[in-house]
Amino acid sequence: MQTDIITDMEHLSEKDRERLALTGLEVEMRNRCGSFFQIDQKVIQTTCMAEGVEMLPIKAALEKYDWVGDYYWKAVPRDKDKYTRYVADQENPQGLVVIAHPGTKIEMPLQACLFLREGPVQHVHNIFIAHEDSEIHIISGCASSWQKEHGAHLGVTEIYVGKGAKVTSTMIHNWNRGIAVFPRSATIVEEGGTFLSNYVCMQPVRKINMYPTASLVGENAVARFSSIVVATPGSTLDLGSRAILGAEHTSAELVTRAITTGGTIISRGHIRGAKDNTRGHIECRGLILKDGIIHAIPEIEGTITGTELSHEAAVGKIARQEIEYLMARGLSEEVATATIIRGFLDVKINGLPPVLQAQIDAAIDKAESGF
Amino acid sequence: MLDISDLHVEVDGTEVLHDINLHIGRGETHVLMGPNGSGKSTLLKTIMGFGGYTITSGSIVFKGQDITRMSIHERAHLGIGMMFQNPPAISGLKLGKLLTAISGLKEDGVEALARSVNMEQFLNRDINVGFSGGEIKRSEVLQLKVQQPDFLMLDEPESGVDLENMNLMGREIATLLEKDVRIVNRRRSGLIITHTGYILDYVDADQGHVIIEGQIRCHGNPREILRLVKEKGYGECLRCKQIS
Repeated sequence: MQTDIITDMEHLSEKDRERLALTGLEVEMRNRCGSFFQIDQKVIQTTCMAEGVEMLPIKAALEKYDWVGDYYWKAVPRDKDKYTRYVADQENPQGLVVIAHPGTKIEMPLQACLFLREGPVQHVHNIFIAHEDSEIHIISGCASSWQKEHGAHLGVTEIYVGKGAKVTSTMIHNWNRGIAVFPRSATIVEEGGTFLSNYVCMQPVRKINMYPTASLVGENAVARFSSIVVATPGSTLDLGSRAILGAEHTSAELVTRAITTGGTIISRGHIRGAKDNTRGHIECRGLILKDGIIHAIPEIEGTITGTELSHEAAVGKIARQEIEYLMARGLSEEVATATIIRGFLDVKINGLPPVLQAQIDAAIDKAESGF
Repeated sequence: MLDISDLHVEVDGTEVLHDINLHIGRGETHVLMGPNGSGKSTLLKTIMGFGGYTITSGSIVFKGQDITRMSIHERAHLGIGMMFQNPPAISGLKLGKLLTAISGLKEDGVEALARSVNMEQFLNRDINVGFSGGEIKRSEVLQLKVQQPDFLMLDEPESGVDLENMNLMGREIATLLEKDVRIVNRRRSGLIITHTGYILDYVDADQGHVIIEGQIRCHGNPREILRLVKEKGYGECLRCKQIS
């Protein structure tokens, strides 16, 4: 169906289309059942073919359903910091609202593409609402034009995972050396809900600063954050993820694989166990391929006897012994090193659909050729 | 196949192997014995070319080529293979992935080989991560079955292996060393470090060497050496050298 395919791509250069493809944007949408495409402050396209799921520009969503207002600036406080205030102060807010109506289960991902081409600042406010027993996967691809030397992207994302619902949110970034990025995200997970967040950033950027939080407010809620990041020279990635175990039998896992080839990575993590029968684990592994900084700051905070929290963090170079082991099997030093790095980044995420995993693998493959 | 002449090796500035001379002919299997810390593993790692083992003089010639300064993977390509005693665990790297990288084989080819050593369940596991002693050895044998080296070095193949696994491994190693091929046609050679000699129940060895304090003290029939060591200990080897 022609109308279901992104048609307004002609004015994008081949190079920019390639950059977008690396963030997961599928122009032909063979493996997508919905698409949102925003360039700077202009929404180019909003399409959704999935029954029971709606994708709407934020203004349209707020006009269409009164109750969407109940989710507006609820997970992320409006005045959290200057970046959220900037987004909140916009008279003409842009961004995407995804609504999965109760019981809707969509295996194929939706894509949301945010492209920074002109202008100093792109601001976005997204709200993903998964009602009771629904299931959605969203790939958010964020990129800047290859010609865009400076600029900032401010993105607020509020995610609601209803009772028994499941949201998988995969964000892939592909910026430039001069771009600063300030995502502000928070998720509220209700009883029996599952929230999987995957983040991949393996290309140069000036600065990324984010610390998404998942509040598990209903019993048996689960959150897992997985991050795969590479800091090239000149990049500063200040990344974290936080889970608040605010109901009994909730659990969270924060997993990070970080590589520096000369840039700076601050890998924060925080789990608060505040109810009985809660469990949380933080795992951060960092590989320093060239002198740079990997600063892991895992925090576990228990406030009650019935919580079990742990963390492990390791930062270093590839063990010589591992390289030589593979060389003894006939692999050259370069191939042995790349094979080990590939394994290091291979965080298989339970429950991730193969298309999402393929997207993450493609981003890794692309970056690997640069090591 | 392998000719080592007047080899001296240093680790961290200290000489640990002194004047090693060793000749292993085509089709021959040799056994290396000696007390802990005598330099057996060091010799194997030096032959493989590992970093940290500095050859200060002497040479290693393999199949007529001087490999003394050759890199590890070039030696592997020439046909040298090694079964590690304590291989590193590499998280994220799947055993199956490594096997395809070694061989260029397709997945089904790898799977058939894995089945032959009861390792088909491990192809999707991170290599050596959480493997038991027997599993590590089977994984090593499997990698060597894929690699098919002409010269096979085994560092204590029996250690940490139960009887059942020993049986499987012993048979597999014998096949890798072409013990099922007539002696005149046998082309593969081996060098095996053993403390117990159990491997000799599966693999006939042609020669034994005793290495003590970084020196090869004697060569001889491996079963005879093993019997003497069992009866009198390595102290006898020290005295033996002194008498001669």
